[in-house]
Amino acid sequence: MTDTLAGAPAPLPGSTRRPPLDPNAELLLEVKDLQVQFPTEDGMVNAVNGVSYEVRAGQTLAIVGESGSGKSVSSMAIMGLHDPKRTRISGSILLDGQELVGASQEKFRSIRSATAAMIFQDPQSSLHPLKKVGAQIAEAYQAHHKVSKAVAAKRAVEMLDRVGVPNPDKRAKQLPGEFSGGMRQRAMIALGLVNDPKLLIADEPTTALDVTVQAQILDLMNDLQAEFGSAIIMITHDLAVVAEVADHVLVMYAGRSVEFGTAPQVLAQPRHPYTWGLLSSVPSLTADVGSELKPIAGNPPSLLNLPSGCSFRPRCKYSDRVAGDRCAAELPEFREVPGEPGRLFRCHLEDPATIFADEVAPTLE
Amino acid sequence: MTDNTTDAATPADEVNLGKHRAAEEAETIVHETSRERETLLKVTDLVKHFPVKEYSGLFPKTLQTHAVDGVSFDLAKGETLGLVGESGCGKTTTGRLVTRLLDPTSGSIEFEGRDIAQLKEKELRPMRRDMQLIFQDPYGSLNPRFTVLKIIGAPLEIHGLVPKNKIKARVQELLELVGLNPEHVNRYPNEFSGGQRQRIGIARALAVEPKLIVADEPVSALDVSIQAQVMNLMGKLRKELGISFVFIAHDLGIVRHFCDRIAVMYLGKIVEMGDREDIYEKPQHPYTQALLSAAPDLNVVRGAEPGERIRLVGDLPSPINPPSGCRFRTRCWKAQEICAAEEPLLTPAEGKPEHTIACHFPEVKSDLVVEVDAS
Repeated sequence: MTDTLAGAPAPLPGSTRRPPLDPNAELLLEVKDLQVQFPTEDGMVNAVNGVSYEVRAGQTLAIVGESGSGKSVSSMAIMGLHDPKRTRISGSILLDGQELVGASQEKFRSIRSATAAMIFQDPQSSLHPLKKVGAQIAEAYQAHHKVSKAVAAKRAVEMLDRVGVPNPDKRAKQLPGEFSGGMRQRAMIALGLVNDPKLLIADEPTTALDVTVQAQILDLMNDLQAEFGSAIIMITHDLAVVAEVADHVLVMYAGRSVEFGTAPQVLAQPRHPYTWGLLSSVPSLTADVGSELKPIAGNPPSLLNLPSGCSFRPRCKYSDRVAGDRCAAELPEFREVPGEPGRLFRCHLEDPATIFADEVAPTLE
Repeated sequence: MTDNTTDAATPADEVNLGKHRAAEEAETIVHETSRERETLLKVTDLVKHFPVKEYSGLFPKTLQTHAVDGVSFDLAKGETLGLVGESGCGKTTTGRLVTRLLDPTSGSIEFEGRDIAQLKEKELRPMRRDMQLIFQDPYGSLNPRFTVLKIIGAPLEIHGLVPKNKIKARVQELLELVGLNPEHVNRYPNEFSGGQRQRIGIARALAVEPKLIVADEPVSALDVSIQAQVMNLMGKLRKELGISFVFIAHDLGIVRHFCDRIAVMYLGKIVEMGDREDIYEKPQHPYTQALLSAAPDLNVVRGAEPGERIRLVGDLPSPINPPSGCRFRTRCWKAQEICAAEEPLLTPAEGKPEHTIACHFPEVKSDLVVEVDAS
């Protein structure tokens, strides 16, 4: 394995489960320097402090990070799900040509479900427990289409059928509580896709599910994407899931984007020390047994009081490779990786490729 | 968020571990395939049924949930047994039965040769010292109104292990052992991060110097980078203190990393049990094969050829009315008539007596997990 990891950026095999990338796909979502802050009694919580990424039609971006890294908060900003009275949002979110930072609730209502839809980790609490599943899907359809109840109900049954719910006629008349976890997540996906949105945001859609059901849902999302052509933002903490579904990957840490690239680039030739740490922490199904895992020392910083300079510095093993006290003094730009166009990272290291190849890659397998 | 300096980075390896009862006995630790081992725990035909009421007719009917239905395994001193399976397979119930947090419906649990399955609470109490639990939820399993001193000190006091005036010193020693700052004895659980709380839970379990720890999903509530910290800590404790573990988890990578032997459970029964290599490299039960092939694999993007994919359809059947014969047959692609008529028993694989499979049509499949050349 090491020989494919080491060395110059040789052409990497793409994820075998994904079709090849179309570089000319239409730019659907462009997020630039997004910041989200929550004023609290204890001070300002800097949940998102500068995130930039783009998503193209029909492609999947995975946003990876630990709890508190801002991955959910930044995506909720796209859907307008933050209370405008209690949140400060700045930067720019261009979805399908429309600016969403500062947009009215009216505008968000027209976007939600029609242009962009979101599905959540816990389908138990995101479906109405006392409304029939079919009626909930039909209602979402009617919100954007002037059709009769009967037509909407028929569409709901069709959608349930599409996402692989058996006996969709009967199931549409049941309450969410009568569904199993996997079936409920399928119903959530049907609800998300009923208006054929251009963008589907999936926030940890399989975290609450068992592995065999997770595999079913990930397959389903891949199939539906091929059929509907939606772009997907997949929020997850599971790097192995990323490997299975993503075209591009954005790694977040303490509210900032720290690395961006295609999935094979980020997972096989990562450039940011935090990504190195994440990859080393996971025991794989093929690694040597009995060896120690290599955790990232320490804890993520408090969002109330971020460290100066690079937020990852207190846990970083490589900050002494940077001349002077730059890591503490200066926040690194989210800049292109030297010699690798299209890849971005936020680090002062001059030659991360060599450090990774010489020191990190050999320890990964 | 508290003090960052105390977590993980603390070189806990340098801490003097002190004398531990299990460590003295652990000189006889025998790993993996060697069978000349000293048995610590022997579970035979363990059954637990929970009554559930069904209110469909005029009179409510009492039905039985077959949570654990005839589970047998043994655990040697210093050994780690992994229990894996999907939610509802009975792995947590098994862990709680073994430690007698639940009363078994039938079956025997021999701990150091003594059957504890039917012991009364009073007789059990002195034995509680020998077996401890670590829970999944580091938030729910610590009393938020108790200081760390009280949480970890309570078992010391109850079992009278340390004179009252020395409890604080012992608690500080334990905190150091698990890589926390000993000065934090007077803090409350909410002042610690998730990973640190899990360390407190581990320190509490260690306080009574147990011979057996049942760890129920100890890291699944933690972030990946923190998971590795806690797993390394548990690995160190196992090695240095010689504690035996029953390790319950759904993450197959972590189980492979930590466990010598693995039992795969499905709907209240063990369907396959064997050494790590048997289960991960030569799984024979269709369910084990499906479970392994469903786990997403990072190596896919590194250019590894993906192994064969098996996709299970449908959901777990209800444990109230489990299928006849083999319980997996409703989702199994190999199922034949015999599977519905006759329940397969755990049978040793050819030439490997310690690798047992409960299937009418076992078959070795080794290309499920992506093969990576180690060189």
